[in-house]
Amino acid sequence: MQNDTGGITPLMHVQHLEKRYGANAPAIFSDISFTINRGEFVCMIGHSGCGKSTILNILAGLEHPTTGHVSMNGHHVTQPGLERGVVFQGHALMPWLTVAQNVALAVRARYPGMNKADVTQKVLHYLTMVNLQDAQHKRPSELSGGMRQRVGIARAFSTTPDMLLMDEPFGALDALTRGVIQEELLRICAKTGQTVFMITHDVDEAILLADRLILMSNGPQAHIAEIVENPLPRNRVRTSIHHQPGFYDLRNHLVDFLVRRSALASQTSH
Amino acid sequence: MGGRQEKLKGTLLSFVLAGALLLAWQVLTLPSAPPAEVIKGENAEYAQLMGMSSATPASHGFPSPSQFGHDAWQQLQAPFHNSGPNDRGIGWQLGASLLRVFIGYGLAVAVAVPLGLLMGQIPLLARALNPFIQVLRPISPLAWMPIALYTIQNAEECGIFVIFICSLWPVLLNTSFGVARVRREWLDVASTLELGWARRMWLVILPAAAPTIITGMRVGMGIAWLAIVAAEMLVGSSGIGYFVWNQWNNLSISNVILAVLLIGITGMILDTAFSALQRSVGYAE
Ligand SMILES: Nc1ncnc2c1ncn2[C@@H]1O[C@H](COP(=O)(O)OP(=O)(O)O)[C@@H](O)[C@H]1O
Ligand SMILES: [Mg+2]
Repeated sequence: MQNDTGGITPLMHVQHLEKRYGANAPAIFSDISFTINRGEFVCMIGHSGCGKSTILNILAGLEHPTTGHVSMNGHHVTQPGLERGVVFQGHALMPWLTVAQNVALAVRARYPGMNKADVTQKVLHYLTMVNLQDAQHKRPSELSGGMRQRVGIARAFSTTPDMLLMDEPFGALDALTRGVIQEELLRICAKTGQTVFMITHDVDEAILLADRLILMSNGPQAHIAEIVENPLPRNRVRTSIHHQPGFYDLRNHLVDFLVRRSALASQTSH
Repeated sequence: MGGRQEKLKGTLLSFVLAGALLLAWQVLTLPSAPPAEVIKGENAEYAQLMGMSSATPASHGFPSPSQFGHDAWQQLQAPFHNSGPNDRGIGWQLGASLLRVFIGYGLAVAVAVPLGLLMGQIPLLARALNPFIQVLRPISPLAWMPIALYTIQNAEECGIFVIFICSLWPVLLNTSFGVARVRREWLDVASTLELGWARRMWLVILPAAAPTIITGMRVGMGIAWLAIVAAEMLVGSSGIGYFVWNQWNNLSISNVILAVLLIGITGMILDTAFSALQRSVGYAE
């Protein structure tokens, strides 16, 4: 199997997940199995409605699979926890708190009893990481969509999770902002060695960020159609990636999958 | 700039309207009945028997603005005097009403907010209690009076109960609604941050639902202030409602007008306080 990188014990094991709403209802997806290694950036791509968010929520512990299970560091995932940080699709910032207070909420949850000065310093550190140190006293409603999403990223990083789960974090952003934040994320992940599982439906974003890509067939009864290793070396740069050998082969492969084979894959499986 | 000028114009117009009202009042209360000095002899005795003593000309007919001003000034000289149940200052009476409202309303909030928090989080509880609430809510506060009087048998506690029962519903329903409507995402954030029960409640659910809860509290306070006056008219031996009724029986219309004005102003102040509170907990999404 492609997802078996011999030797290293994976950080996360996902085994035979299946989700049904109602006992007689058809499965939304079934037999979802993959692993994620420490320090790896894994992207899941698939058409809307195939159950990607549900899978991410199961990894986060926010939802439960009908069958199958997830384990991380050898422990079963049954509920949400600080070792799995989540960047939500719609930023999910508390609108009554300032940017700094939003991050401080997470820092205090991660480090209970930390004194005020240390919390402030940590908050500033993570806001600086996403270039938002000047906006720390603003409320989310005063920020642009891109800035809000960056606060969400800073908040998730501030709890130093073993695994970062991101559900289409840049889906609502314009292309320019999206590019800037993608580069920021790439830089931060390279520096911290963060393990990431991210959902996207943007092929270029996936090629830029992911070390491995999980391709989902169309729902209902979706399953993993293919797991693709990114052949491009890790030091990818957004502005020059399309000049790298292998880029277009991968890109064509993915687009081809999304346009034609994802539907075929779901038909042949029945 | 433009907005400020508009505001100034509005204020100016308010003053003009107030002046016009006062003028109309003055014109409508110009003396048409024979002056008190004309009543002589047996007539005076008769007038005195009828409670129209020449010593209290102000109690005779509707007072003019100047008469009202004079009487109100007299009353406001010693607003807190207390010489027996039938002769207490208007400030004292107002204070008695406010105390009752604060006790009854405070109890209502103390019951409704925790219960509403539970109902908002446990849909089964909300469904189970909903029929009771829907039946009890539209009952006029005064309709509770006989039952309250029969069971409680204490006028003071009766008034407090009526305040309690009528301000309970809006606070309960709004709290329950506000909590049930807290965005799923925020609760998910709380879960992924492993916030405990108390911190989840204090840091996420309460601030998220606060604007809705405060709105309910504002409505509840408005109803409580309406109800207390009526309740005191019915069974009171003190309070601003009792004062209105008592002064009406004394035919002291000036005092009645003064009390009515004070009821309005107090209600406005209470509402303004809640509106400020509402603004302080509000948030833009
Ligand atoms: N509570 C629910 N009851 C029934 N069906 C649901 C429920 N939640 C999600 N679904 C279905 O599950 C499928 C997957 O949803 P989702 O995980 O959000 O997909 P994606 O993120 O890939 O767009 C959708 O077709 C949706 O209709
Ligand atoms: Mg989704």
